[in-house]
Amino acid sequence: MILPIVRTGLIALRRDRGAFALSFVLPIAFFSIFAVIFGGHRDSTPKVKVIVVDEDHSTASQRLIRGLEREGSLAVKKKPASKKGGEQLDYTATTAEAAVKDGTAPVALIIPHGFGENPISFGASGENRPPIQLLKDSSDLIAPQVIVGLLQKVAMTAMPDLMAEQGSKYLDRVAGGFTPEQRKRIDEGLDELRRLEDSDEQSSASGDSNRGMPVAVATRDVVGQNRDMVSFYAAAIGVMFLLFTASGASGSLLDEAESGTLDRVLSSRVTMGNLLAGKLLYSMLLAFSQLVVMFLWAWLVFKVDFIPHIPGFVVMGLSTAFAVGAFGMLLASICRTRAQLGPLSTLVILLMSSLGGSMFPRYFMSEAMQKAGLLTINAWAIDGFTEVFWRDEPISHLWPQVLVLLGIGVLFWTAARRLARRWEYS
Amino acid sequence: MAPAHVASIAPSLSLPLRIEGVVKRFGGLTAVNGVSLELNSGECLGLLGPNGAGKSTLIRSVVGRVIPDSGTVSVFGARADSSGAREALGWIPQELALYPKLTCRENLQSFGLYHGLRGAALRTAVEWCLDWASLTDRALEPVAHLSGGMKRRLNMAAGLIHRPKVILMDEPTVGVDPQSRNRIFEMIETLHDEGVSMLYTTHYMEEAERLCDRIAVIDHGRVIALGTKDELVQNAFASRSEVIVRFAKAGDGVDGWVKERAGVFEDGMARFTIEHANEVAGLLDSAGNAGHELADISLRKPNLESVFLHLTGRELRD
Repeated sequence: MILPIVRTGLIALRRDRGAFALSFVLPIAFFSIFAVIFGGHRDSTPKVKVIVVDEDHSTASQRLIRGLEREGSLAVKKKPASKKGGEQLDYTATTAEAAVKDGTAPVALIIPHGFGENPISFGASGENRPPIQLLKDSSDLIAPQVIVGLLQKVAMTAMPDLMAEQGSKYLDRVAGGFTPEQRKRIDEGLDELRRLEDSDEQSSASGDSNRGMPVAVATRDVVGQNRDMVSFYAAAIGVMFLLFTASGASGSLLDEAESGTLDRVLSSRVTMGNLLAGKLLYSMLLAFSQLVVMFLWAWLVFKVDFIPHIPGFVVMGLSTAFAVGAFGMLLASICRTRAQLGPLSTLVILLMSSLGGSMFPRYFMSEAMQKAGLLTINAWAIDGFTEVFWRDEPISHLWPQVLVLLGIGVLFWTAARRLARRWEYS
Repeated sequence: MAPAHVASIAPSLSLPLRIEGVVKRFGGLTAVNGVSLELNSGECLGLLGPNGAGKSTLIRSVVGRVIPDSGTVSVFGARADSSGAREALGWIPQELALYPKLTCRENLQSFGLYHGLRGAALRTAVEWCLDWASLTDRALEPVAHLSGGMKRRLNMAAGLIHRPKVILMDEPTVGVDPQSRNRIFEMIETLHDEGVSMLYTTHYMEEAERLCDRIAVIDHGRVIALGTKDELVQNAFASRSEVIVRFAKAGDGVDGWVKERAGVFEDGMARFTIEHANEVAGLLDSAGNAGHELADISLRKPNLESVFLHLTGRELRD
């Protein structure tokens, strides 16, 4: 007697084209907006904008600027954004200062005339060289510090030959002079360093920006390699809409109670247990179909790596669909009318979605809020999908999420069954 | 037309429906107060009473949607909540208990499936219902697009999808136009001709008179009279006739004057019962002497409305 209930629900959904479209199109539209906004970034940290003015036009200044441009965390601007009708001129010290004042960028670097003659020096000989000027917006506490630090790093990594040359001169001066043999070896070493630097600059503009640092650092992505945030948002938005869909679908119980159809159904061979199980199965089917459509969309349009993760997706999708379906049944059995269900479900779902990470990732939240989020279906579902799509975890590692979601489902369904007794008899 | 599907309960010598001492209270309100009724095979038993008399509660007690505080209900000798009894009963609720987005055929299919019909049996039952309700040409129309009368007919058909032997109809003509009402009467008469046993609730005297073999008059949860229409009238009025008097100008004390003559005064009209026609002249003289100017006076044979008024002092429509 359960399948006929599912059949009736599916026919009613097919007949209601508006509801059918909203069930699938609306989540995809929302998800797409989030995916477009966040999809291109590995994380949500924006680049630091810096305006660079090259008054020196020397080889050293150009190498320094190229080094800054290679830094992934910087967005180097040498000229204002081009407008229609013509090429913009490079920033000058004056226009750069004006740009910092009007908020175009938080920091501007002015490389002065004469920088290239003595770009790096050690000891007291450096005191007479013209310094690079850093103009900053004092409201931004982070950007200037980042720029100062990266400037020192780039000086080492982009001009290692100049640094070595100035270092040897300084040592020559303070140590009382090199022997001819030592001088010859140092010059050969410097020539080798310059050739290496030239070949590096020609071969790649985005090489390892840590090369040449005093402390060797090798970085390697161990999680989320070649991924972006799209799969996260597919799960996050998907779960939120699943909750809305499930509450709407189970609301048919209230419609049927109000119209008297429920009485007629219960006067047949269908029991209340059959009816609730049928409604739950229908909600699950609908919810799982929504997830499938969303992830297929994410795969086709946003290149989410869906196919290899299908087994994990199915496990998490069914567990999530069961939990949200039971959640919908519980809400419907708590409420007396559709009019009550609407605002109550909206309130609870938005609360769960904000706490559970459907609106923004939970790792942005305080520890206490992250713990509170564990009381929501959203958090466990999103965690599970993240394990599958982001961390490449095998299905066997999904047991905490699956157990919790199934537990929530059983608990909610049992409570809904008890509350639904009021419809069985008067 | 012979039933395509018969209910699983075995017909026996037992009565199709027996209600014994059913009481149902909702808080301080006693909706059904010790009702006992028997429905004979092939009979249409009317439950006639005003709104709120307890008719629907009694029907819902029979169909298992209300648990009586006391009393028993049996269907062909089986408890009403048994699966056999449930299959033998068909309930046509007062509400339009249908899926509005589904078509006529889909609604019938759904309710057929809920009653365990499958395959050819389901198809045959659906076509029989569509034909019986004259909705074959509207089979693919969603319920929401149907007229009020068509919805009522489909509502009835959905209660008969499993071809029950006992049908409980709860005011099936509420809110329908006269033409649709006639069509529904014809549908019910078809069932009656087939020998289906029916319990039919209504607060329309004409329906009870036309459709029912026997009538139980119910008020405040109690059966206050039971019998055929003629028996009810005979029991209430014997050979007496009813005189209805309308006043053009009712003087002071008209109410008391009516009561003195064992009449009922309501809505500017008085009703009296008389044994012989020559008693009318006496009434006219008495009214004139009391200063009550009459607009018209009529003599009629008592009907169910008269019976109800006679038994309760109230109009049936109240």
